[in-house]
Amino acid sequence: MATNILMPALSPTMEEGKLAKWLVKEGDTVKSGTILAEIETDKAAMEFEAVDEGTIGKILVAEGSEGVKVNAPIAVLLGEGEKAGAAVDIPAAMKDIKAAMKAEVSAADAAKADAPKATAPVAKADGARVFASPLAKRIAASKGIDLSALSGSGPRGRIVKSDVENAKPGAAKPAAAGAAPAAGPSGIAPLPDARLLYPAGSYEETPHDSMRKAIAKRLTSAKTLIPHYYLTVDCNLDSLMAVREKMNAAAPKGKDKVPAYKLSVNDFIMKASAMALMKHPDVNASWTDTAILRHKDADVGVAVALDFGLITPIIFKAQTKGLVEISNEVKTLAGLAKEKKLKPNQYEGGGFSVSNLGMYGIKNFTSIINPPQSCIIAVGAGEERPIVKNGKIEIATVMTVTMSADHRVVDGGTGAKFLQTLKAFIEEPASMLL
Amino acid sequence: MSDTSFDVIVVGGGPGGYVCAIRCAQLGLKTAVVERDRMGGICLNWGCIPTKALLRSSEIWHMLHRLKEFGISADNFKFDITKIVERSRAVSQQLSNGVAGLMKKHKITVIAGEAKLAGKGKLSVTKDGKAADYTAKNIVLATGARARTLPGLEPDGLLVWTYREAMVPPSMPKSLLVVGSGAIGIEFASFYRTLGAEVTVVEVLDRVMPVEDEEISALAAKAFTKQGMKLKLGTTVTALKKGADNVTCTLKDKAGKTEEVTVDRVILAMGIVGNVENIGLEAAGIKVEKTHIVAGKYGETGVDGVWAIGDLVGGPWLAHKAMHEGVIVAEKIAGAKGVHPLNTANVPGCTYCWPQVASVGMTEAKAKESGRKIKVGKFPFIGNGKAIALGEPEGLIKTVFDETTGELLGAHMIGAEVTELIQGYVVAKSGELTDAELSHTIFPHPTLSEMMHEAVLAADKAALHI
Repeated sequence: MATNILMPALSPTMEEGKLAKWLVKEGDTVKSGTILAEIETDKAAMEFEAVDEGTIGKILVAEGSEGVKVNAPIAVLLGEGEKAGAAVDIPAAMKDIKAAMKAEVSAADAAKADAPKATAPVAKADGARVFASPLAKRIAASKGIDLSALSGSGPRGRIVKSDVENAKPGAAKPAAAGAAPAAGPSGIAPLPDARLLYPAGSYEETPHDSMRKAIAKRLTSAKTLIPHYYLTVDCNLDSLMAVREKMNAAAPKGKDKVPAYKLSVNDFIMKASAMALMKHPDVNASWTDTAILRHKDADVGVAVALDFGLITPIIFKAQTKGLVEISNEVKTLAGLAKEKKLKPNQYEGGGFSVSNLGMYGIKNFTSIINPPQSCIIAVGAGEERPIVKNGKIEIATVMTVTMSADHRVVDGGTGAKFLQTLKAFIEEPASMLL
Repeated sequence: MSDTSFDVIVVGGGPGGYVCAIRCAQLGLKTAVVERDRMGGICLNWGCIPTKALLRSSEIWHMLHRLKEFGISADNFKFDITKIVERSRAVSQQLSNGVAGLMKKHKITVIAGEAKLAGKGKLSVTKDGKAADYTAKNIVLATGARARTLPGLEPDGLLVWTYREAMVPPSMPKSLLVVGSGAIGIEFASFYRTLGAEVTVVEVLDRVMPVEDEEISALAAKAFTKQGMKLKLGTTVTALKKGADNVTCTLKDKAGKTEEVTVDRVILAMGIVGNVENIGLEAAGIKVEKTHIVAGKYGETGVDGVWAIGDLVGGPWLAHKAMHEGVIVAEKIAGAKGVHPLNTANVPGCTYCWPQVASVGMTEAKAKESGRKIKVGKFPFIGNGKAIALGEPEGLIKTVFDETTGELLGAHMIGAEVTELIQGYVVAKSGELTDAELSHTIFPHPTLSEMMHEAVLAADKAALHI
């Protein structure tokens, strides 16, 4: 019978690796102990030996492939008398290696979940093997607990009896555990690899760098796992623009005639957000499975677009900082971000974020929440619009703000009240002094 | 002037203390140990190790009487109690030197003297009336325990002994009364009985080795009685009247009936009390209950930077438990990740009497009390080839499983070499293997360990050789 040769784990923590070199080719006969391939991780390289004998029917993963998930099929081994091709049944749409890997792994999961005794290794939705003691597996099976949703408290994160005994059927991994949950609900078919849909040579490939991978992973988790809802409000910027103009004109100039500061509309929005958060602690909060964390300071993140991605550095304790301080700090952090010099303590945490695409003339958009925060505002352009005031049409500078909120933490009314306060601060900046 | 400032100072150089110090040193902490006597503590100098040396001698003596059985003849063999004791002392000496060597190897400073907490991060060590001050970011208390005494039952070192005198008898007593049938009492009873002394064991509870499984306890009692030991169960000693070279003991049984027994020597083995005195616990605000420090699951005492391990804290009062706690505390101090508290259900217990007794986890009765549905497997030594070949056909291995989950709740053994076997079940229990994995494990033939396999199979009525 044809069997799949799976990507081996060189260490208990290995999740993926590089298939550095094939030492056999299709049609070669192998026996137990034959060295099949060289596998590399960022830490080690190792020869991979055959366990069974047979003929290499098909090599599924090409030499030099990186990021091959552990337990993904990398080749097909044929038994005696089997012919290459005949026994290998790879659905056409799955011919691409990555799609094939994911499908195989989730199929294996499903099969194992059905088994009455889950004694075989279980895999997480992203293909990583779940380490659990035999007793934990047995108890989990009898209580209907999904092991891949638990975090283990045993040695090297192994799931042990007490973890399972404390879990409720269907319990999910606590979000507070730090790392973003690996994937969305299992059972959703993976998207086919885009390369399948375009003729080769019709595109240029840019391999993912670590920031692209982080953005993909974090935002997929955030958008999949957080129940987002959206609130939109228009803010009249006439007063703010006037105040800003006066303040900027009053900025002391140095010898080179460069003013000491130049406040942007966004600096006002940052400050207004901080002040509004202090008035609405329910919004300045984070979700965990067991509790809501209400933050004591207004740590406001600001999304900074980079040539190679984006990052959200944080103005900590923004409620204690003046407009000039906020303005200068944002500039410094944005500069560091562009040089890739931000430290984790400058972008991790925070209670709220501001994303502003106004400078591009965007009128209105929605953002994805930046966990562990619960809310983010998407700020559009301040532009002259006709408004109706006392029954007359007038012209005012108006900006549209849309807040994305985590409904687990912030209910609609709570979010609306916060936006009301934010709008008031923005429309009358002097009221922030009250 | 030697160094007086350390990352960690461990108070007490017993198995908990010296192991803690080694682990601290391995983790890069500047470490010292304070010891008032010899490195290795009671275990190495006056407990586990020297008694094993004594029992080895008595085991050989016992085997000499069985030579014919094995087709060998010899006569006129004798023992010399002085030489047996000398060997036991030499074994202790060698190992204590070994521990001192380990301290040197790990660059651990050994401070001789008695230590006392002297304020936050401070320790005062007194040696020959002179006090010296030391500072340490962390202090680990590992001062151990000593024999419990009761009013009217105080040792005098001559006629009424504790383990300490019993370990170094100047001559062979003809008759002995052992008070207490826990591990310490029963090991001495076994040693002296095998060498020919008339031994009476008094136990206040209604069975010997009361912490063990009832069935094992009963088999042990049967074996001891067959060897000629007198067991007085449910009995207390109410008075000791010392003569010139003997002691008359008044025993009272449950029904209130008293009797007098006159013996050469009395050994007191009524448990232990923690060494909590004169180490500055009260002033430091460390809580003591029933002579033991109340410590958290990682050895925290509630006072910042002060930790406690071993016999000084909760039971079981065993060297390997103290050693493990020493490692846990060292790793906690060093900020290591993934440190797990000790699980007492996985601490094995071994008694080196003859026949040996070993166990881990719940007794059958305890498992039943816990409300679980259980299944029990048993396999006798008589069904094992290696046991027959060794001439050790008496004994039993018993397993207790949770019937629903297959969890190994406990394992209990009596017979030859069981103290070396129990670790197999401890590994299985710690790794949370169930009956299924144990059933599918291949045990080597011919070994005594096959009985462990059979005892697992027997829980499903699938034992092969019975």
